[in-house]
Amino acid sequence: MNYYSLHTLLFIMFICFSCTNEPVEQYAPTPSALKIPKLFSENIIAPVIPSNNPQTVEGVRLGKKLFFDPILSGNNTQACASCHSPKNAFTDTSRFSNGIDGRLGLRNAMPLFNLAWNYNERFFWDGKSFSLEHQAFIPVTDPLEMKSTWADVTEKLQQHPEYPTLFQEAFGTSQIDSTLVTKAMAQFERTLISANSKFDQYLLGETELSGEELNGFNVFMDETKGDCFHCHGSDKNPLWTDNAFHNNGLDETFTDLGLGAVTGDPADNGKFKSPSLRNVEFTAPYMHDGRFTTLEEVINHYSEGLKNSSTIDPLMKKVSQGGVGLSEKDKADLKAFLLTLSDFEFINNPDFLNN
Amino acid sequence: MILKKIIPILLIIVAAVFSCSNDDTAPQSSNITFSFSHSWDGTPITNSDFNTIKFTNANGEDLSITKLRYIVSKIIFTKSTGEDFIFEGYHLIDLTNTTSLDFSVFEALPYGKYTNVSFIFGLNNEDNYNNNYQDLNSASWNVPDLLGGGYHYMQLEGKFIDNTSTETGYAYHAIRAVDNSGASLSFEDTFFEVNLGEANITDNAKFNIEMNVAEWFKNPNTWDLNMLNNMLMPNFNAQILMFQNGQNVFSLKSIAQ
Ligand code: HEC
Ligand code: HEC
Repeated sequence: MNYYSLHTLLFIMFICFSCTNEPVEQYAPTPSALKIPKLFSENIIAPVIPSNNPQTVEGVRLGKKLFFDPILSGNNTQACASCHSPKNAFTDTSRFSNGIDGRLGLRNAMPLFNLAWNYNERFFWDGKSFSLEHQAFIPVTDPLEMKSTWADVTEKLQQHPEYPTLFQEAFGTSQIDSTLVTKAMAQFERTLISANSKFDQYLLGETELSGEELNGFNVFMDETKGDCFHCHGSDKNPLWTDNAFHNNGLDETFTDLGLGAVTGDPADNGKFKSPSLRNVEFTAPYMHDGRFTTLEEVINHYSEGLKNSSTIDPLMKKVSQGGVGLSEKDKADLKAFLLTLSDFEFINNPDFLNN
Repeated sequence: MILKKIIPILLIIVAAVFSCSNDDTAPQSSNITFSFSHSWDGTPITNSDFNTIKFTNANGEDLSITKLRYIVSKIIFTKSTGEDFIFEGYHLIDLTNTTSLDFSVFEALPYGKYTNVSFIFGLNNEDNYNNNYQDLNSASWNVPDLLGGGYHYMQLEGKFIDNTSTETGYAYHAIRAVDNSGASLSFEDTFFEVNLGEANITDNAKFNIEMNVAEWFKNPNTWDLNMLNNMLMPNFNAQILMFQNGQNVFSLKSIAQ
């Protein structure tokens, strides 16, 4: 090699390396890819994981501890898990949840699973929070929920015997702030994946459905009967929700404007996010205000209880008669089908329990 | 002396830079974009016109649009030599997602005269069945297996004032026509080819294509929303009417280049 080409080589190498100016040795937590279920990878697009908050073993572990720890609340009595309990697919059983003062919230708590597949990342019943990281900021300071302040929470965590080390392991710094707290919680929440219901097993050819369950699925998919699939997923969309906002005919006038209060557009009044029907057996009561206590009531609503309003979804049909009027058999079968969406493995998964 | 050493290096760099284009003359091909706009008999429609009863169809019914999504696929450019350039993909247009209105069809299509440019409204049977499109499944675009499976072609939804003066929903969903009344399903094809005519491609060609939404209700069948407003997917005859009315909804407004 002669002098000039050596020069050129050195110059090229200089260009190539000139962009990294960080020291080579940097702490990196252990990457931990989400375990994507077969039915999801086959049928729907990849989950949303922000590039500035990759999933790591240490981050998920920390997020889980925080999720179950009442330290996040003003008087150390309430954890996220108080309203989002694993055995109820991470929601609770009351119509409105008690905050730390025993004051009631205004909406029914939401179940938490498959959140990384909410592609447009709009969370809450009205979509007011964009991204899981942002969502986790809210309950901590909500006066009807954990009623704390971030200054107080980070101070308590910083003084805690274990947390500074756990943050060090998860993020390479023991300096705790609200951003890191919410990042860790979002990582844990993304691991809450539910994909092993009887219906999933049926789709994978591992089990059979009864005649009633199959007929119930047909009612769900039949545009002249249930017509639920346009909003609540299908055998090809195993999320069992479109994660979009609709008015499904609950009221003629609205006390809670839902999406309309967020967008300011009256055409959005009374619209709420379609909940997933997965695990619906564990998530009663139903609707944004928990008005229905049983699936029978929900089915009766769609069958004959629809209320007209200017924003009711066009898919709600025969509204003047209250709905399409399902036969008693179709109603019972529809319920039997909905119960095949229960994932018992999910609600008993030790990775998701406080241990 | 120095030059002698540098020239070969320079030559290598130059070669590397140009090795991607395999033409050494001026560019001979254009990228092709399709851009969809919408109107009601000439009055432009965007998503900001949604949710308000402001249109009147051929049957005299006042109506609004709350949703309009449809799929176009298999775009073919036919050269005067008879050679076809085919975009095998599909594209879902959703008026509430303005970035979906434009899409790139080809990165590089040879310049020159094309005797015809066409696309398919919907999906032909080969594309519609035996494929599992994850993006379309995620958009809840499927047709139930009860109706043969595959995908929707269009979802046009809104409200109209019915003959009792009540605001009523309509869901004009186009799929492949299927009769499910018998023991087995029987089908009739309702996807259709839209011909945009001839085109002379030079540089950066953008096809501005318009859908006249009013046409879906007009020609040749005057659509009566009081009769046909919902549960149209399993309605074989309604699907045939949509297919017939669809023939003239698209037109090429211009080719910008
Ligand atoms: C007092 C009960 C309560 C506590 C405590 C609570 N939540 Fe919630 N959570 C709710 C309610 C109620 C909603 C729905 C609120 C709304 O839509 O306005 C909700 C909604 C959510 C959602 C949105 C889910 C979706 O699909 O859109 C997420 C995520 C969530 N909570 C996570 C958390 C986390 C993380 C914590 C702890 C930091 C927490 N929650 C603490 C009651 C609670
Ligand atoms: C137009 C879209 C749409 C259609 C069609 C639809 N739903 Fe819903 N569904 C929603 C929305 C939106 C909500 C939440 C409404 C609210 O809380 O205000 C909901 C709520 C529910 C809930 C309550 C779940 C919970 O966790 O609170 C159940 C159960 C349900 N729907 C079942 C069905 C069934 C069964 C059908 C078919 C008969 C159906 N839905 C058709 C949009 C729809």
